[in-house]
Amino acid sequence: MSLLELHGVSKRFGGLMANQDVSFSVEAGQIAGLIGPNGAGKTTAFNCVAGFYAPTEGKILLDGQVISGLPPEACARAGIGRTFQVARTFVSMTACENVMTGALMRNRSVAAARSEARQWLAFVGLDHFADKPAGSMTISEQRRLAVARALATAPKLLLMDEVMAGLNPSEVREMVKVVLAIRDRGIACLIVEHVLEGIMPIADKIVVLDRGVKIADGTPSEVSRDPQVIHAYLGDE
Amino acid sequence: MMTNPLKKGRALPAVGGLVALAAVLLPVVTHSPSHLNLAILVLMTAQLGVAWNLLGGYAGQVSLGHVAFYGIGSYTSTLLLLNFGLNPWLGMLAGGLLAALLSLGFGWSCFRLKGHYFAMATIAVAEIVQIVFTNWEYAGAAVGLTIPMDQRGWGAMVFADKAPYYWLALGLLALTLGATWAVERSHIGYYLRAIKDEPDAARSVGVNISRYKQIALSLSAFFTAMGGSLYAQKELYIDPGSVLTTALSIKMALVSILGGVGTLFGPVVGSVVLTTIEEVTRATFGGTGRGTDTIVYAALIVGIAVFYPSGLIGWFREWRQRRQAQQAGTGKPAKNVDEKVDEKAEVAA
Repeated sequence: MSLLELHGVSKRFGGLMANQDVSFSVEAGQIAGLIGPNGAGKTTAFNCVAGFYAPTEGKILLDGQVISGLPPEACARAGIGRTFQVARTFVSMTACENVMTGALMRNRSVAAARSEARQWLAFVGLDHFADKPAGSMTISEQRRLAVARALATAPKLLLMDEVMAGLNPSEVREMVKVVLAIRDRGIACLIVEHVLEGIMPIADKIVVLDRGVKIADGTPSEVSRDPQVIHAYLGDE
Repeated sequence: MMTNPLKKGRALPAVGGLVALAAVLLPVVTHSPSHLNLAILVLMTAQLGVAWNLLGGYAGQVSLGHVAFYGIGSYTSTLLLLNFGLNPWLGMLAGGLLAALLSLGFGWSCFRLKGHYFAMATIAVAEIVQIVFTNWEYAGAAVGLTIPMDQRGWGAMVFADKAPYYWLALGLLALTLGATWAVERSHIGYYLRAIKDEPDAARSVGVNISRYKQIALSLSAFFTAMGGSLYAQKELYIDPGSVLTTALSIKMALVSILGGVGTLFGPVVGSVVLTTIEEVTRATFGGTGRGTDTIVYAALIVGIAVFYPSGLIGWFREWRQRRQAQQAGTGKPAKNVDEKVDEKAEVAA
C-alpha cells in the first residue's frame, strides 16, 4: 500500500475535462514531481488531493483511507499539508504567528504552538524573522514561510504548488535544501513544478500530465527520455 | 538598574490604568447629567463596537445587520420583565443567549455569501426582524414597550439618576473587552485572523471556517444583545425605531472601522471620537433645523476615512513605529544617555 494513491481520477469543469483517468501513487518518504506543460491539469489534480475539488470520478486514498470528496480541513487533519502558487500569507500576523496557526491544528495550546512554530521557522531558515510582519517579507521568504506553516500541521504528505517559480538560482538552491530536509524527516513531498532544473535532480519519481491525461510516470531519467514527454514539451520536429 | 515606569513599552499599560481609573471615578467628579449622558453614550456605543469587532474586525465578516441582535436583546429582557416579572439581570442573560441561538439562523443564511454580498444579506435579515417586531402585537408593535419605574435599585436595574447606568455601561464594556481579549489570545483569535486574511490557506491548515465564523458571530450576537437589554433598562422605553434601526448597525461598524478593526481597543477609541463629534455637532449646529449637524458629522467621518485609512489605532501604531525608527536612526539620544550612566555605574562597582 502506497501513502497516496489516485485511482482513475477525473475532474470535469462544465465541458472541460481538466483531469481524465489519472492514476499514480506516492510512497512514504518519497519526493514526487508532478510536471507538464501549461494547462496540463497539474493544479487541478493537486486540488483534488488537497480536498479543494471533489473529483468527478475516481478515488483518492491516503494511507488506505478514502479522502476524495472530503473538504480541505478534513484532508489537512488526515495528514495532507499544502502550499499555494501564491504564498497566501496571513498578512495581519507575524511570521511566527503564521506558523502557529498551522501548529494549532494538532494542539490547541497557544504556548505550545509558539515553541513548535519557532522550531519550524528555524527548519526553513527563517528563525531570525520570527517577529517580523509576514506581509513585509520577500516572495522567497513567504514561500518558505508557507512551507513551515504547512509542516506545522504535522503532515504525512506535503503538497507544494510551484514552490520554486519566480525564484532566482540561489533561492532555488535554498528551497531544494528545504525539500530534501523535509524528506529526511520522513515526510513525503508531491511537488507541482515548472522549474525542471529544481525538481529533476531531487525527485524519486516524476509524473507527467498533458492535457489532463497522464503520459508518463517513472524516475526522472526514464521520464526525460520518454518520446511522449519530449513531444509534449518541445512539440514536433 | 533603575527603570523608569514611563519608558517605552511600559508607558501604554500605565496610561491605560490611569484612563481606567479615571473612567471608574468619573461620576464622582462630574454631576452634570448631560456630561454623564454623553459618557454613557460613549461607553454603550464602544461596547457595541467591541462586540461587532469580534465578527467584523477579527474575522473580517462585515455585518450591517447587527441591530437585529440588539433588538432581540432589548425585547427579550423587556418582554420577560413585563409578562413574567423576570429580573432584568436574568433577562439580559436570556436575551444574550437567545440572540446567540438565533445567530445560528443568521449565520446559516448569510455565511453562504462573501464580502459585499454578505454585508447586503445581513441588512436584509435585520430589516426582516424590524418588520416582524413592527407588526407583532405581543411585542407592542409600532407603539413599543414601556418599563415601569415602580421598582428601583440595583436589583431591578432601574435608577432615577445617571451614575449607576454609567457604571453598568462601563462594566458591560469591561466584560466585552475581557471576552474579546480572551478570544484574541486563544486559538480562536488566530483562526479568525487567518480566515480574514486567507480563507483557503486557513482551510489548508485544518480550520473549519464555517464553524469559526459562527463562533465569532454567536459571541458577537451575545454581547450585542446584552447591550440592547442595558439600553432598554436605561431608557425604559423601546420601539422598533430605536432598537432596530439600520443606522445603529452602521454605527457599530463605523466606530470599529474608524478606531481600527481587529484591535482590542479600536472600537473604544472610535466611539470616543465619533460619539463626541456627533454630540458636539448636534449641540452646535443642531438648532438650524436644516441637518447641518449631520452634514458636518458626515464630513468629519469622510475626513478620518481619507486621512487615517488604517483607523486611529493603526495610525497611532504607524506614528510610534516611525518615531522609534527615527530615534534608532539618529543615535537614540535619550536612551544613549541612560546607557552611558549605567556603564559608568558598572565601572565604579
